[in-house]
Amino acid sequence: MAKRKLKRVDLIFSKDCSCRDILAAGLQKPREEIIQTLIASGLKGRGGAGFPTGLKWKMAANEKSNKKYVICNADEGEPGTFKDREILDREPLKVLGGMALCAYVTGAREGFVYLRHEYRFLIPKLEKVLDTFHKWMEELNLDFNVKLFIGAGAYVCGEETSLIESMEGKRGEPRNKPPYPTNEGYLGKPTVVNNVETFVYTMMILRIGAEEFKAMGIEGSSGSKLFSVSGDTPKAGIYELELGMTLDEFVKEFGDGDAKAVQVGGASGFCVPRKRFAETHIGYQGGLTGFSLPTGGSMMIFNSSRSMYNVLHNYLEFFEEESCGQCTPCRVGCQQLLKGIEAVKRGEKSQKYLNDLLRLADTMKITAKCGLGQSVGNSFSSIVENFREEMIY
Amino acid sequence: MRKRESAIKIAVDKYGKERKNLLPVLQEVKQAKNYLTRSDISEIAAEMDLSSAHVYGVASFYHFLDLKVRGQNIIWVCKTISCYMKGSNDILLTLEEALKIKVGETTSDGKFSLLQTNCIGWCHKGPAMLINDQPYTDLTPEKVLQIIDEYYKKS
Repeated sequence: MAKRKLKRVDLIFSKDCSCRDILAAGLQKPREEIIQTLIASGLKGRGGAGFPTGLKWKMAANEKSNKKYVICNADEGEPGTFKDREILDREPLKVLGGMALCAYVTGAREGFVYLRHEYRFLIPKLEKVLDTFHKWMEELNLDFNVKLFIGAGAYVCGEETSLIESMEGKRGEPRNKPPYPTNEGYLGKPTVVNNVETFVYTMMILRIGAEEFKAMGIEGSSGSKLFSVSGDTPKAGIYELELGMTLDEFVKEFGDGDAKAVQVGGASGFCVPRKRFAETHIGYQGGLTGFSLPTGGSMMIFNSSRSMYNVLHNYLEFFEEESCGQCTPCRVGCQQLLKGIEAVKRGEKSQKYLNDLLRLADTMKITAKCGLGQSVGNSFSSIVENFREEMIY
Repeated sequence: MRKRESAIKIAVDKYGKERKNLLPVLQEVKQAKNYLTRSDISEIAAEMDLSSAHVYGVASFYHFLDLKVRGQNIIWVCKTISCYMKGSNDILLTLEEALKIKVGETTSDGKFSLLQTNCIGWCHKGPAMLINDQPYTDLTPEKVLQIIDEYYKKS
Protein backbone atom coordinates (compact mmCIF):
# COMPACT_ATOMS: atom_id res chain seq x y z
CA MET A 1 0.00 0.00 0.00
CA ALA A 2 1.37 3.35 -1.00
CA LYS A 3 2.03 5.43 2.07
CA ARG A 4 1.05 9.04 2.25
CA LYS A 5 2.63 11.71 4.38
CA LEU A 6 0.41 13.76 6.59
CA LYS A 7 -0.54 16.72 4.45
CA ARG A 8 -2.92 19.55 5.13
CA VAL A 9 -5.34 20.42 2.37
CA ASP A 10 -7.45 23.50 1.87
CA LEU A 11 -10.48 22.72 -0.25
CA ILE A 12 -13.54 22.80 1.96
CA PHE A 13 -12.90 26.16 3.60
CA SER A 14 -10.94 27.74 0.73
CA LYS A 15 -12.06 31.26 0.00
CA ASP A 16 -10.58 31.54 -3.50
CA CYS A 17 -13.60 30.23 -5.35
CA SER A 18 -17.06 31.49 -6.15
CA CYS A 19 -19.65 28.96 -5.22
CA ARG A 20 -22.11 30.47 -7.66
CA ASP A 21 -19.61 30.23 -10.55
CA ILE A 22 -18.89 26.55 -9.87
CA LEU A 23 -22.60 25.88 -9.78
CA ALA A 24 -23.32 27.90 -12.93
CA ALA A 25 -20.57 26.05 -14.82
CA GLY A 26 -21.77 22.70 -13.46
CA LEU A 27 -25.34 23.28 -14.61
CA GLN A 28 -24.08 23.81 -18.18
CA LYS A 29 -22.55 20.34 -18.27
CA PRO A 30 -24.46 17.23 -19.39
CA ARG A 31 -25.76 15.25 -16.39
CA GLU A 32 -23.88 12.14 -17.45
CA GLU A 33 -20.60 14.06 -17.44
CA ILE A 34 -21.03 15.15 -13.81
CA ILE A 35 -21.78 11.57 -12.77
CA GLN A 36 -18.71 10.33 -14.65
CA THR A 37 -16.53 13.02 -13.06
CA LEU A 38 -17.67 12.01 -9.57
CA ILE A 39 -17.16 8.32 -10.27
CA ALA A 40 -13.70 9.01 -11.73
CA SER A 41 -12.76 11.09 -8.68
CA GLY A 42 -13.32 8.09 -6.42
CA LEU A 43 -15.27 10.23 -3.92
CA LYS A 44 -16.84 8.14 -1.19
CA GLY A 45 -19.47 9.28 1.31
CA ARG A 46 -17.88 11.36 4.04
CA GLY A 47 -20.41 10.48 6.72
CA GLY A 48 -18.47 7.32 7.45
CA ALA A 49 -20.12 4.52 5.48
CA GLY A 50 -18.07 5.33 2.39
CA PHE A 51 -20.52 4.55 -0.41
CA PRO A 52 -19.29 5.89 -3.79
CA THR A 53 -21.09 9.19 -4.32
CA GLY A 54 -21.12 9.15 -8.13
CA LEU A 55 -22.75 5.75 -8.14
CA LYS A 56 -25.42 6.85 -5.66
CA TRP A 57 -26.33 9.84 -7.83
CA LYS A 58 -26.37 7.63 -10.94
CA MET A 59 -28.75 5.16 -9.30
CA ALA A 60 -31.16 7.94 -8.35
CA ALA A 61 -30.81 9.56 -11.79
CA ASN A 62 -31.73 6.28 -13.51
CA GLU A 63 -34.97 5.92 -11.55
CA LYS A 64 -38.13 6.92 -13.36
CA SER A 65 -40.33 8.87 -11.00
CA ASN A 66 -42.43 12.01 -10.98
CA LYS A 67 -40.83 13.08 -7.69
CA LYS A 68 -37.33 12.71 -6.32
CA TYR A 69 -35.64 14.18 -3.26
CA VAL A 70 -32.19 15.32 -2.20
CA ILE A 71 -31.47 15.19 1.52
CA CYS A 72 -28.42 16.60 3.25
CA ASN A 73 -27.68 14.55 6.36
CA ALA A 74 -26.65 17.08 9.01
CA ASP A 75 -27.63 14.83 11.91
CA GLU A 76 -24.03 14.71 13.05
CA GLY A 77 -24.19 12.70 16.26
CA GLU A 78 -21.10 10.51 16.31
CA PRO A 79 -19.22 11.26 19.53
CA GLY A 80 -16.12 13.26 18.69
CA THR A 81 -17.40 14.63 15.38
CA PHE A 82 -18.06 18.33 14.86
CA LYS A 83 -16.99 18.96 11.26
CA ASP A 84 -20.51 19.27 9.81
CA ARG A 85 -21.38 22.01 12.27
CA GLU A 86 -18.24 23.87 11.26
CA ILE A 87 -19.00 23.46 7.54
CA LEU A 88 -22.62 24.59 7.92
CA ASP A 89 -21.47 27.55 9.95
CA ARG A 90 -18.69 28.67 7.61
CA GLU A 91 -19.53 27.33 4.14
CA PRO A 92 -23.29 26.69 3.95
CA LEU A 93 -23.53 27.79 0.31
CA LYS A 94 -21.06 25.11 -0.76
CA VAL A 95 -23.30 22.51 0.86
CA LEU A 96 -26.42 23.86 -0.82
CA GLY A 97 -24.49 24.12 -4.10
CA GLY A 98 -23.67 20.41 -3.91
CA MET A 99 -27.34 19.66 -3.25
CA ALA A 100 -28.30 21.72 -6.31
CA LEU A 101 -25.85 19.76 -8.46
CA CYS A 102 -27.40 16.55 -7.18
CA ALA A 103 -30.89 17.89 -7.92
CA TYR A 104 -29.82 18.80 -11.45
CA VAL A 105 -28.25 15.37 -12.05
CA THR A 106 -31.11 13.32 -10.58
CA GLY A 107 -34.05 15.51 -11.53
CA ALA A 108 -35.11 16.24 -7.96
CA ARG A 109 -37.02 19.45 -7.32
CA GLU A 110 -37.19 19.34 -3.55
CA GLY A 111 -34.43 19.10 -0.98
CA PHE A 112 -34.06 19.05 2.79
CA VAL A 113 -31.29 19.73 5.20
CA TYR A 114 -31.90 17.42 8.16
CA LEU A 115 -30.27 19.44 10.93
CA ARG A 116 -29.76 17.87 14.33
CA HIS A 117 -31.56 19.48 17.24
CA GLU A 118 -28.28 20.35 18.96
CA TYR A 119 -27.46 22.69 16.06
CA ARG A 120 -30.66 24.72 16.25
CA PHE A 121 -28.60 27.82 16.94
CA LEU A 122 -27.61 27.69 13.25
CA ILE A 123 -31.22 28.02 12.03
CA PRO A 124 -31.39 31.85 11.67
CA LYS A 125 -28.14 31.90 9.72
CA LEU A 126 -29.12 28.99 7.48
CA GLU A 127 -32.50 30.53 6.72
CA LYS A 128 -30.80 33.69 5.53
CA VAL A 129 -28.42 31.65 3.37
CA LEU A 130 -31.38 29.73 1.92
CA ASP A 131 -32.85 33.05 0.70
CA THR A 132 -29.63 33.78 -1.21
CA PHE A 133 -29.55 30.24 -2.51
CA HIS A 134 -33.13 30.34 -3.79
CA LYS A 135 -32.34 33.60 -5.58
CA TRP A 136 -29.46 31.84 -7.31
CA MET A 137 -31.77 29.00 -8.27
CA GLU A 138 -34.06 31.49 -9.99
CA GLU A 139 -31.18 33.20 -11.78
CA LEU A 140 -29.64 29.89 -12.86
CA ASN A 141 -33.04 28.59 -13.90
CA LEU A 142 -33.02 25.45 -11.77
CA ASP A 143 -36.33 24.40 -10.25
CA PHE A 144 -35.05 23.33 -6.84
CA ASN A 145 -36.25 24.30 -3.38
CA VAL A 146 -34.53 23.43 -0.10
CA LYS A 147 -36.15 23.39 3.35
CA LEU A 148 -34.72 22.83 6.79
CA PHE A 149 -35.96 19.83 8.73
CA ILE A 150 -34.97 19.87 12.38
CA GLY A 151 -34.23 16.63 14.20
CA ALA A 152 -35.37 16.04 17.75
CA GLY A 153 -32.42 14.21 19.23
CA ALA A 154 -31.74 10.65 18.14
CA TYR A 155 -28.31 9.37 17.15
CA VAL A 156 -29.81 6.58 15.05
CA CYS A 157 -31.41 9.17 12.74
CA GLY A 158 -27.97 9.67 11.20
CA GLU A 159 -28.65 6.31 9.57
CA GLU A 160 -30.27 7.27 6.29
CA THR A 161 -33.38 5.12 6.46
CA SER A 162 -34.05 6.16 10.09
CA LEU A 163 -33.63 9.74 9.01
CA ILE A 164 -36.26 9.23 6.32
CA GLU A 165 -38.62 7.50 8.75
CA SER A 166 -38.23 10.42 11.11
CA MET A 167 -39.02 12.88 8.31
CA GLU A 168 -42.17 10.91 7.56
CA GLY A 169 -43.46 11.51 11.08
CA LYS A 170 -42.46 8.19 12.58
CA ARG A 171 -40.07 6.86 15.19
CA GLY A 172 -36.57 6.96 13.75
CA GLU A 173 -36.24 3.21 13.31
CA PRO A 174 -34.12 1.88 10.45
CA ARG A 175 -35.75 0.14 7.50
CA ASN A 176 -34.72 -3.12 5.94
CA LYS A 177 -32.54 -2.69 2.88
CA PRO A 178 -33.17 -3.20 0.01
CA PRO A 179 -34.98 -1.21 -1.19
CA TYR A 180 -32.32 1.48 -0.87
CA PRO A 181 -33.33 5.14 -0.64
CA THR A 182 -32.20 5.70 -4.23
CA ASN A 183 -35.10 3.40 -5.24
CA GLU A 184 -37.61 4.07 -2.49
CA GLY A 185 -36.68 6.81 -0.06
CA TYR A 186 -38.63 9.73 1.38
CA LEU A 187 -42.37 9.14 0.88
CA GLY A 188 -41.44 6.13 -1.24
CA LYS A 189 -39.71 8.22 -3.90
CA PRO A 190 -36.08 7.98 -5.12
CA THR A 191 -33.95 9.93 -2.67
CA VAL A 192 -30.28 10.77 -2.41
CA VAL A 193 -29.07 11.16 1.17
CA ASN A 194 -25.53 12.50 1.46
CA ASN A 195 -23.47 13.87 4.31
CA VAL A 196 -22.79 17.62 4.57
CA GLU A 197 -19.10 17.18 3.74
CA THR A 198 -19.84 14.94 0.74
CA PHE A 199 -21.94 17.66 -0.90
CA VAL A 200 -19.11 20.17 -0.47
CA TYR A 201 -16.65 17.78 -2.09
CA THR A 202 -18.87 17.33 -5.14
CA MET A 203 -18.57 21.09 -5.68
CA MET A 204 -14.83 21.05 -5.09
CA ILE A 205 -14.35 18.16 -7.53
CA LEU A 206 -16.18 20.09 -10.23
CA ARG A 207 -13.87 22.97 -9.52
CA ILE A 208 -10.49 21.18 -9.46
CA GLY A 209 -11.38 18.18 -11.64
CA ALA A 210 -11.48 14.47 -10.90
CA GLU A 211 -7.80 14.00 -11.74
CA GLU A 212 -6.50 16.43 -9.17
CA PHE A 213 -8.79 15.04 -6.47
CA LYS A 214 -7.82 11.45 -7.21
CA ALA A 215 -4.14 12.39 -7.14
CA MET A 216 -4.60 12.87 -3.40
CA GLY A 217 -4.99 9.93 -1.04
CA ILE A 218 -4.39 6.26 -1.72
CA GLU A 219 -5.99 3.56 -3.86
CA GLY A 220 -9.58 3.12 -2.71
CA SER A 221 -9.49 6.25 -0.54
CA SER A 222 -8.94 9.21 -2.79
CA GLY A 223 -8.91 12.83 -1.89
CA SER A 224 -8.92 14.57 1.41
CA LYS A 225 -11.26 14.62 4.37
CA LEU A 226 -12.08 16.70 7.40
CA PHE A 227 -10.94 15.33 10.74
CA SER A 228 -12.35 16.35 14.09
CA VAL A 229 -9.47 16.11 16.54
CA SER A 230 -10.22 15.99 20.28
CA GLY A 231 -9.11 14.41 23.53
CA ASP A 232 -5.52 14.63 24.76
CA THR A 233 -4.17 17.00 22.16
CA PRO A 234 -2.80 20.52 22.32
CA LYS A 235 -4.34 21.17 18.89
CA ALA A 236 -7.99 20.19 19.18
CA GLY A 237 -10.01 21.35 16.19
CA ILE A 238 -10.92 20.70 12.55
CA TYR A 239 -8.27 19.75 10.02
CA GLU A 240 -8.59 18.84 6.37
CA LEU A 241 -6.01 16.15 5.65
CA GLU A 242 -5.09 13.97 2.73
CA LEU A 243 -6.33 10.39 3.20
CA GLY A 244 -3.85 7.55 3.57
CA MET A 245 -1.58 8.88 6.34
CA THR A 246 -0.52 6.50 9.09
CA LEU A 247 -1.75 7.00 12.62
CA ASP A 248 1.88 7.33 13.62
CA GLU A 249 2.21 10.51 11.64
CA PHE A 250 -1.13 11.73 12.84
CA VAL A 251 -0.17 11.29 16.48
CA LYS A 252 3.22 12.95 15.94
CA GLU A 253 1.42 16.00 14.62
CA PHE A 254 -1.56 16.11 16.98
CA GLY A 255 -0.69 14.06 20.05
CA ASP A 256 0.65 15.39 23.33
CA GLY A 257 3.67 13.09 23.19
CA ASP A 258 2.07 10.47 25.40
CA ALA A 259 -0.71 9.01 23.25
CA LYS A 260 -1.56 5.43 24.13
CA ALA A 261 -4.55 4.99 21.86
CA VAL A 262 -6.59 6.77 19.23
CA GLN A 263 -10.28 6.11 18.72
CA VAL A 264 -10.81 6.49 14.98
CA GLY A 265 -14.38 7.07 13.81
CA GLY A 266 -16.03 7.81 17.15
CA ALA A 267 -17.89 5.38 19.40
CA SER A 268 -18.78 3.25 16.37
CA GLY A 269 -15.18 3.24 15.13
CA PHE A 270 -12.04 1.42 16.18
CA CYS A 271 -9.59 1.91 18.98
CA VAL A 272 -6.00 1.67 17.77
CA PRO A 273 -3.32 1.08 20.43
CA ARG A 274 0.12 2.66 20.27
CA LYS A 275 1.82 -0.51 19.01
CA ARG A 276 -0.28 -0.40 15.86
CA PHE A 277 0.02 3.31 15.04
CA ALA A 278 2.71 2.70 12.41
CA GLU A 279 0.80 0.07 10.42
CA THR A 280 -2.62 1.73 10.54
CA HIS A 281 -3.56 3.92 7.62
CA ILE A 282 -6.54 6.23 7.65
CA GLY A 283 -8.80 5.51 4.72
CA TYR A 284 -11.76 3.47 3.57
CA GLN A 285 -10.38 0.35 1.94
CA GLY A 286 -9.46 -2.70 3.91
CA GLY A 287 -12.56 -2.07 5.98
CA LEU A 288 -12.35 -3.86 9.25
CA THR A 289 -8.88 -5.39 8.94
CA GLY A 290 -7.41 -2.67 11.09
CA PHE A 291 -4.83 -1.65 8.54
CA SER A 292 -7.03 1.14 7.42
CA LEU A 293 -10.20 2.32 8.99
CA PRO A 294 -13.52 3.55 7.75
CA THR A 295 -14.09 6.86 9.38
CA GLY A 296 -16.40 9.80 9.62
CA GLY A 297 -13.39 11.77 10.77
CA SER A 298 -13.66 11.61 14.55
CA MET A 299 -10.19 11.28 16.08
CA MET A 300 -10.08 11.05 19.86
CA ILE A 301 -6.63 10.82 21.36
CA PHE A 302 -6.11 9.19 24.78
CA ASN A 303 -2.88 9.51 26.72
CA SER A 304 -1.51 7.13 29.33
CA SER A 305 -3.38 8.85 32.18
CA ARG A 306 -6.74 7.68 30.79
CA SER A 307 -8.62 4.55 31.77
CA MET A 308 -9.76 2.68 28.68
CA TYR A 309 -12.39 1.01 30.85
CA ASN A 310 -13.96 4.43 31.39
CA VAL A 311 -13.75 5.15 27.69
CA LEU A 312 -15.51 1.90 26.77
CA HIS A 313 -18.04 2.33 29.56
CA ASN A 314 -18.89 5.78 28.22
CA TYR A 315 -19.35 4.43 24.67
CA LEU A 316 -21.53 1.54 25.85
CA GLU A 317 -23.75 3.83 27.91
CA PHE A 318 -24.08 5.91 24.77
CA PHE A 319 -25.09 2.93 22.61
CA GLU A 320 -27.45 1.52 25.21
CA GLU A 321 -29.25 4.85 25.29
CA GLU A 322 -29.22 5.46 21.55
CA SER A 323 -30.18 1.95 20.38
CA CYS A 324 -33.64 2.39 18.87
CA GLY A 325 -34.75 -0.87 20.46
CA GLN A 326 -36.23 -2.30 17.29
CA CYS A 327 -33.98 -5.35 16.84
CA THR A 328 -33.08 -7.69 19.67
CA PRO A 329 -29.33 -8.10 19.00
CA CYS A 330 -28.76 -4.37 19.42
CA ARG A 331 -31.32 -3.63 22.14
CA VAL A 332 -30.31 -6.51 24.41
CA GLY A 333 -26.71 -6.73 23.22
CA CYS A 334 -25.86 -3.16 24.21
CA GLN A 335 -27.36 -3.68 27.67
CA GLN A 336 -25.53 -6.97 28.21
CA LEU A 337 -22.16 -5.65 27.04
CA LEU A 338 -22.46 -2.76 29.48
CA LYS A 339 -23.61 -4.96 32.38
CA GLY A 340 -20.95 -7.49 31.45
CA ILE A 341 -17.94 -5.21 31.70
CA GLU A 342 -19.29 -3.76 34.94
CA ALA A 343 -19.60 -7.27 36.40
CA VAL A 344 -16.07 -8.21 35.35
CA LYS A 345 -14.70 -4.99 36.79
CA ARG A 346 -16.43 -5.61 40.14
CA GLY A 347 -15.16 -9.16 40.17
CA GLU A 348 -18.64 -10.69 40.02
CA LYS A 349 -17.74 -12.46 36.80
CA SER A 350 -14.52 -14.21 35.92
CA GLN A 351 -12.21 -12.48 33.47
CA LYS A 352 -12.94 -15.29 31.00
CA TYR A 353 -16.41 -13.78 30.73
CA LEU A 354 -14.83 -11.13 28.52
CA ASN A 355 -14.49 -13.83 25.83
CA ASP A 356 -18.23 -14.46 25.97
CA LEU A 357 -18.81 -10.73 25.61
CA LEU A 358 -16.48 -10.61 22.60
CA ARG A 359 -18.55 -13.38 21.01
CA LEU A 360 -21.71 -11.42 21.72
CA ALA A 361 -20.17 -8.36 20.06
CA ASP A 362 -19.36 -10.48 17.00
CA THR A 363 -22.92 -11.79 16.90
CA MET A 364 -24.23 -8.23 16.96
CA LYS A 365 -22.01 -7.39 13.99
CA ILE A 366 -23.70 -10.09 11.93
CA THR A 367 -27.26 -9.90 13.20
CA ALA A 368 -28.10 -6.29 14.06
CA LYS A 369 -30.37 -4.58 11.59
CA CYS A 370 -28.49 -1.35 10.99
CA GLY A 371 -25.09 0.26 11.20
CA LEU A 372 -25.58 1.26 14.84
CA GLY A 373 -25.90 -2.26 16.22
CA GLN A 374 -23.40 -3.65 13.74
CA SER A 375 -20.69 -1.23 14.78
CA VAL A 376 -20.98 -1.47 18.59
CA GLY A 377 -18.61 -4.42 18.31
CA ASN A 378 -15.96 -2.25 16.60
CA SER A 379 -15.10 -0.21 19.64
CA PHE A 380 -15.96 -3.01 22.06
CA SER A 381 -13.67 -5.63 20.53
CA SER A 382 -10.82 -3.28 19.71
CA ILE A 383 -10.75 -1.86 23.26
CA VAL A 384 -11.24 -5.17 25.10
CA GLU A 385 -8.68 -7.01 22.97
CA ASN A 386 -6.02 -4.31 23.25
CA PHE A 387 -6.62 -3.21 26.85
CA ARG A 388 -7.86 -6.39 28.45
CA GLU A 389 -6.00 -5.79 31.70
CA GLU A 390 -7.64 -2.40 32.10
CA MET A 391 -11.06 -4.06 31.85
CA ILE A 392 -10.22 -6.38 34.74
CA TYR A 393 -8.03 -4.53 37.23
CA MET B 1 -56.80 25.27 28.57
CA ARG B 2 -58.63 26.75 25.61
CA LYS B 3 -55.61 28.84 24.78
CA ARG B 4 -53.30 25.80 24.60
CA GLU B 5 -55.73 23.91 22.41
CA SER B 6 -55.70 26.69 19.92
CA ALA B 7 -51.89 26.75 19.94
CA ILE B 8 -51.96 23.14 18.77
CA LYS B 9 -54.50 23.90 16.12
CA ILE B 10 -52.37 26.80 14.88
CA ALA B 11 -49.32 24.53 14.63
CA VAL B 12 -51.26 21.87 12.72
CA ASP B 13 -52.72 24.48 10.39
CA LYS B 14 -49.26 25.90 9.80
CA TYR B 15 -47.57 22.61 8.85
CA GLY B 16 -50.49 20.58 7.55
CA LYS B 17 -52.31 17.47 8.69
CA GLU B 18 -50.22 14.88 6.84
CA ARG B 19 -48.25 12.53 9.05
CA LYS B 20 -44.93 13.75 7.62
CA ASN B 21 -45.47 17.00 9.51
CA LEU B 22 -45.74 15.34 12.89
CA LEU B 23 -42.22 16.14 14.07
CA PRO B 24 -42.40 19.86 13.25
CA VAL B 25 -45.81 20.06 14.95
CA LEU B 26 -44.54 18.31 18.09
CA GLN B 27 -41.49 20.60 18.14
CA GLU B 28 -43.56 23.73 17.80
CA VAL B 29 -45.97 22.71 20.55
CA LYS B 30 -43.10 21.67 22.80
CA GLN B 31 -41.16 24.89 22.16
CA ALA B 32 -43.85 27.01 23.82
CA LYS B 33 -43.34 25.58 27.32
CA ASN B 34 -40.35 23.20 26.98
CA TYR B 35 -42.31 19.97 27.35
CA LEU B 36 -45.29 18.04 26.07
CA THR B 37 -48.23 16.80 28.16
CA ARG B 38 -50.42 13.77 27.60
CA SER B 39 -53.26 16.05 26.67
CA ASP B 40 -51.05 17.74 24.06
CA ILE B 41 -50.42 14.29 22.58
CA SER B 42 -54.13 13.41 22.37
CA GLU B 43 -54.96 16.83 21.03
CA ILE B 44 -52.32 16.61 18.29
CA ALA B 45 -53.45 13.08 17.44
CA ALA B 46 -57.03 14.26 17.06
CA GLU B 47 -56.10 17.30 14.97
CA MET B 48 -53.85 15.26 12.64
CA ASP B 49 -56.15 12.25 12.49
CA LEU B 50 -53.50 9.91 13.88
CA SER B 51 -53.74 7.48 16.77
CA SER B 52 -52.60 8.79 20.15
CA ALA B 53 -50.40 5.71 20.44
CA HIS B 54 -48.54 6.69 17.26
CA VAL B 55 -48.03 10.27 18.39
CA TYR B 56 -46.90 9.14 21.83
CA GLY B 57 -44.57 6.58 20.27
CA VAL B 58 -42.93 9.25 18.15
CA ALA B 59 -42.73 11.85 20.91
CA SER B 60 -41.18 9.41 23.38
CA PHE B 61 -38.57 8.31 20.83
CA TYR B 62 -36.68 11.60 20.71
CA HIS B 63 -34.53 13.03 23.50
CA PHE B 64 -35.56 16.63 22.99
CA LEU B 65 -39.31 16.07 22.98
CA ASP B 66 -39.67 16.02 26.73
CA LEU B 67 -42.72 14.35 28.20
CA LYS B 68 -41.80 15.44 31.73
CA VAL B 69 -42.52 18.83 33.21
CA ARG B 70 -39.47 21.03 32.68
CA GLY B 71 -38.38 24.47 33.74
CA GLN B 72 -38.23 27.66 31.74
CA ASN B 73 -34.62 26.96 30.73
CA ILE B 74 -33.20 23.51 30.14
CA ILE B 75 -29.49 22.97 30.70
CA TRP B 76 -28.01 20.03 28.82
CA VAL B 77 -24.49 19.16 29.93
CA CYS B 78 -22.55 16.98 27.47
CA LYS B 79 -21.66 13.62 28.98
CA THR B 80 -19.53 12.19 26.17
CA ILE B 81 -15.99 11.09 26.96
CA SER B 82 -14.23 14.03 25.26
CA CYS B 83 -16.07 16.55 27.44
CA TYR B 84 -15.65 14.28 30.46
CA MET B 85 -11.88 14.29 29.92
CA LYS B 86 -11.97 18.08 30.01
CA GLY B 87 -13.85 18.17 33.30
CA SER B 88 -17.57 18.02 32.52
CA ASN B 89 -18.18 16.37 35.88
CA ASP B 90 -16.98 19.49 37.70
CA ILE B 91 -19.37 21.51 35.60
CA LEU B 92 -22.21 19.22 36.59
CA LEU B 93 -21.30 19.40 40.29
CA THR B 94 -21.07 23.19 40.12
CA LEU B 95 -24.50 23.40 38.54
CA GLU B 96 -26.03 20.98 41.03
CA GLU B 97 -24.67 23.03 43.89
CA ALA B 98 -25.61 26.41 42.43
CA LEU B 99 -29.14 25.38 41.46
CA LYS B 100 -29.61 23.09 44.47
CA ILE B 101 -30.96 20.27 42.32
CA LYS B 102 -29.70 16.95 40.99
CA VAL B 103 -29.46 15.89 37.35
CA GLY B 104 -32.96 15.28 36.02
CA GLU B 105 -34.61 17.77 38.39
CA THR B 106 -36.11 21.23 38.04
CA THR B 107 -35.53 24.16 40.40
CA SER B 108 -38.43 24.99 42.70
CA ASP B 109 -38.88 28.40 41.05
CA GLY B 110 -39.26 26.60 37.70
CA LYS B 111 -36.40 28.56 36.15
CA PHE B 112 -34.00 25.70 35.32
CA SER B 113 -33.98 21.98 34.59
CA LEU B 114 -30.63 20.22 34.68
CA LEU B 115 -30.08 17.33 32.27
CA GLN B 116 -27.27 15.49 30.56
CA THR B 117 -27.06 14.68 26.86
CA ASN B 118 -24.83 12.86 24.40
CA CYS B 119 -22.21 14.56 22.22
CA ILE B 120 -23.37 18.03 21.16
CA GLY B 121 -20.53 18.53 18.68
CA TRP B 122 -18.13 20.82 20.58
CA CYS B 123 -15.51 18.22 21.54
CA HIS B 124 -12.59 20.53 20.71
CA LYS B 125 -13.95 23.15 23.11
CA GLY B 126 -15.08 20.95 25.97
CA PRO B 127 -16.57 20.89 28.43
CA ALA B 128 -19.69 22.10 26.67
CA MET B 129 -23.38 22.49 27.41
CA LEU B 130 -26.55 23.77 25.81
CA ILE B 131 -28.98 26.08 27.55
CA ASN B 132 -32.10 25.72 25.43
CA ASP B 133 -30.67 26.11 21.90
CA GLN B 134 -27.59 28.10 22.84
CA PRO B 135 -24.22 26.29 23.10
CA TYR B 136 -21.66 27.30 25.75
CA THR B 137 -18.11 25.97 25.40
CA ASP B 138 -14.72 25.93 27.14
CA LEU B 139 -16.59 25.92 30.42
CA THR B 140 -15.05 26.37 33.85
CA PRO B 141 -16.96 26.32 37.16
CA GLU B 142 -16.57 30.14 37.38
CA LYS B 143 -17.83 30.66 33.85
CA VAL B 144 -20.85 28.45 34.49
CA LEU B 145 -21.84 30.46 37.56
CA GLN B 146 -21.65 33.67 35.52
CA ILE B 147 -23.82 32.20 32.78
CA ILE B 148 -26.46 31.07 35.27
CA ASP B 149 -26.36 34.50 36.86
CA GLU B 150 -27.05 36.16 33.51
CA TYR B 151 -30.08 33.95 32.96
CA TYR B 152 -31.39 34.88 36.39
CA LYS B 153 -30.91 38.57 35.61
CA LYS B 154 -32.68 38.22 32.26
CA SER B 155 -35.79 36.70 33.75
